[in-house]
Amino acid sequence: MKLFKNTVRTAIGFVLVMTVLCGIIYTAVITGVGNILFPNQAKGSIIEVDGVKYGSELLAQEFSDENHMWGRVMNVSTTTFQDEDGNYQMYSGPSNLSPESKAFQDIVDARVDMILSANPESTPSKIPVDLVTCSGSGLDPDISVAAARYQVPRIAKNNHLTEDEVNQMIDTCTTKKVFGIFGESTVNVLKVNLMLEGILK
Amino acid sequence: MSLIVQYALYLVLLVILAIPLGKYISKVMNGEKVWLSKVIRPCEKGIYKILRVKEDEDMNWKRYLGSVLLFSVFGLLVLFLLQMLQGHLFGNPQHVDGMSWDLSLNTAISFVTNTNWQAYSGESQLSYLSQALGLTVQNFVSAGTGIAVLFALIRGFIRVKEKGIGSFWTDLTRAVLYILIPLAIIESVFLVSQGVTQSPNAAETVQLIEPIAVDQDGNIIKDAVIKGNQVSVNGVLREDAQVVTEEVVPLGLAASQVAIKQLGTNGGGYYGVNSAHPLENPTWWSNLIEMLSLLLIPASLCFAFGRSIKDKKQGRAVFLAMFIVLVVALGSVAVSEQFAPTVLTENEMLDTGTNNQAGGNMEGKESRFGIAASSTWGVFTTAASNGSVNSMHDSFTPLGGMVVMLLMQLGEVIFGGVGCGLYGMLAFAILTVFIAGLMVGRTPEYLGKKIEPYEMKWAVLVCLATPIAILIGSGIAAALPEITDSLNNTGAHGFSEMLYAFSSASGNNGSAFAGFGADTVFLNLSLGACMLFARFIPIVGILAIAGNMVQKKKIAQTAGTLSTSNGMFVFLLIFVVLLIGALSFFPALALGPLAEFFS
Repeated sequence: MKLFKNTVRTAIGFVLVMTVLCGIIYTAVITGVGNILFPNQAKGSIIEVDGVKYGSELLAQEFSDENHMWGRVMNVSTTTFQDEDGNYQMYSGPSNLSPESKAFQDIVDARVDMILSANPESTPSKIPVDLVTCSGSGLDPDISVAAARYQVPRIAKNNHLTEDEVNQMIDTCTTKKVFGIFGESTVNVLKVNLMLEGILK
Repeated sequence: MSLIVQYALYLVLLVILAIPLGKYISKVMNGEKVWLSKVIRPCEKGIYKILRVKEDEDMNWKRYLGSVLLFSVFGLLVLFLLQMLQGHLFGNPQHVDGMSWDLSLNTAISFVTNTNWQAYSGESQLSYLSQALGLTVQNFVSAGTGIAVLFALIRGFIRVKEKGIGSFWTDLTRAVLYILIPLAIIESVFLVSQGVTQSPNAAETVQLIEPIAVDQDGNIIKDAVIKGNQVSVNGVLREDAQVVTEEVVPLGLAASQVAIKQLGTNGGGYYGVNSAHPLENPTWWSNLIEMLSLLLIPASLCFAFGRSIKDKKQGRAVFLAMFIVLVVALGSVAVSEQFAPTVLTENEMLDTGTNNQAGGNMEGKESRFGIAASSTWGVFTTAASNGSVNSMHDSFTPLGGMVVMLLMQLGEVIFGGVGCGLYGMLAFAILTVFIAGLMVGRTPEYLGKKIEPYEMKWAVLVCLATPIAILIGSGIAAALPEITDSLNNTGAHGFSEMLYAFSSASGNNGSAFAGFGADTVFLNLSLGACMLFARFIPIVGILAIAGNMVQKKKIAQTAGTLSTSNGMFVFLLIFVVLLIGALSFFPALALGPLAEFFS
């Protein structure tokens, strides 16, 4: 019985010590170091121009305007978050649909129609598959280079730019494969659109 | 070609890092001096002093087990209360409410058992305080507990005619202080540099470039034309409409938790969609580090095992058995996902090739990871009992989804959880020498110790705990009519969602076919029961085996001894693992993923 009581006391003691060590000290150290060394990254990689926060470069926004570059399919939710006055705020999540399901087929078909009618100039080339699929987070900020190039004729025409100028913007906003081999080359959709709007240079 | 180079890189890096770490872990757990001792040794001694623990105490197996159980019970209790009361506590800038009792119980069990099954969404249902003080702590200590129990078993093998198998408190302290905390510090700072958030501030709001029109209930209005605050559809003004102009950028103390959830095979994401979330896993580099961490410690424990029993070949054999299954699984998932589903390939307007894009089945996958990094992660995370995801397994092709499910159903022994994967595999090794011994008519022995009915009974229970929990759990659930409300897909895929949930809980994995709505009282409790059963029954069995082994004498090796370090044994071990998995789950898999594939 005494042994049991001793073990109980030690067990409670260890829960407390580990909570202080791993919960408080460890977390505080990482927070301190992280914010001193990488202040912008630690706070969500916000793109701020002249005091206005235009987005996080890591989070997608939904674009369907024909002047803008479009991204991955989003599953936008306006009820996950609300501000203090109860106004709806935007967030997004994945579809979690089986790629063999009817529901998935319907979404793809609708998306294909929408893209075809918005991009008549691009018709000879096929639509890159990431433009018609929902990402894992629903907040994927990037698309493939193929998906960005596909939209160039439409973007150029609607913004009165040459295709070269649009291609240059895409190049500026592209993250290339690491060492030319690893990962994927991707284009940040929000940054391209902020350049089109003249907010980012 | 470049794809194959990528897959090879991930596997090679894993092996290169695991070997030296294995040596380090073995030294730490045997109480030898390591290069970090200078800094950490004083802290370690301090803890023993404060808690009046004798460092070199030698517990018998029942005492060891009692300590594990009591420590887990109190950890569970603290977490359970913390989550229910979080609404009234500080450290809650997002003003989230307390969890319901069943969800809180499920979550507490989930983190104490190193499962990290998540029936909640972190950014909207947990306060910063609960994440840091509750979940992060359990991420460390549940992994530490796994390592401790493994080394208790190892002592059972190496010690001769003794009673004690070490002290749980010393083992736990060393595992956390020397192994987990240093690795987690390096990794989390690196993750912040890549863009993983680590901020105590409330969530940011940013301006949307294209505002969204919604009705009063927050439903999006299609084809709306927005001018200022006015919303019209086909030229008709909508009076009830609101315009959403802001996006939420959720913040919090993510990086510190993400690092340890990867390293400790916990897997509970800071954000709801786990490491698919761009703020939890922003770049290829962050993904590389998080992905290697999935298997780093479980793989290195194989080498630590070999060094500790002073026979490195034994560790290599176990590693090889795990590695071979891993590579085969990786190959199958990679191929399944690279070939796009028919919905995409049959549409002649779509390009599913790999020119300037990842191509293939991109549903549920992030552009920056493509197919290669998503498939590799999917296999690593279900091989290890980690369960974090960087793509949605629910949207994998039927065969790809089946392979990751099967990896969990094998009992999480293909590397498996930190500590528990290897002690699970050692139970399979005991089973294998027993079967092999029967075939050649010899008394089975493993690592110089005789295997007798007592060890066999416990080993069988350890090996069957996961299948029992999965099949009974999902069997009961399938019989309940209301379960259909939780399913996101219909038909065979719906059944797969449910089977996956019980496989994940019973494998202490924690990943999900995430369309499954798991936050109901029945599911919270039944999945909670599965997690407890599959975590603690094996711990009891393993410690019982250790306690019995430690008292035995060592048998000299003779020409007739069955070698447990050659290719034949590796093959036999894989065969036994697959045999039990295939026999237990073939009928269930036939109803789910296989039915979907063939339809």
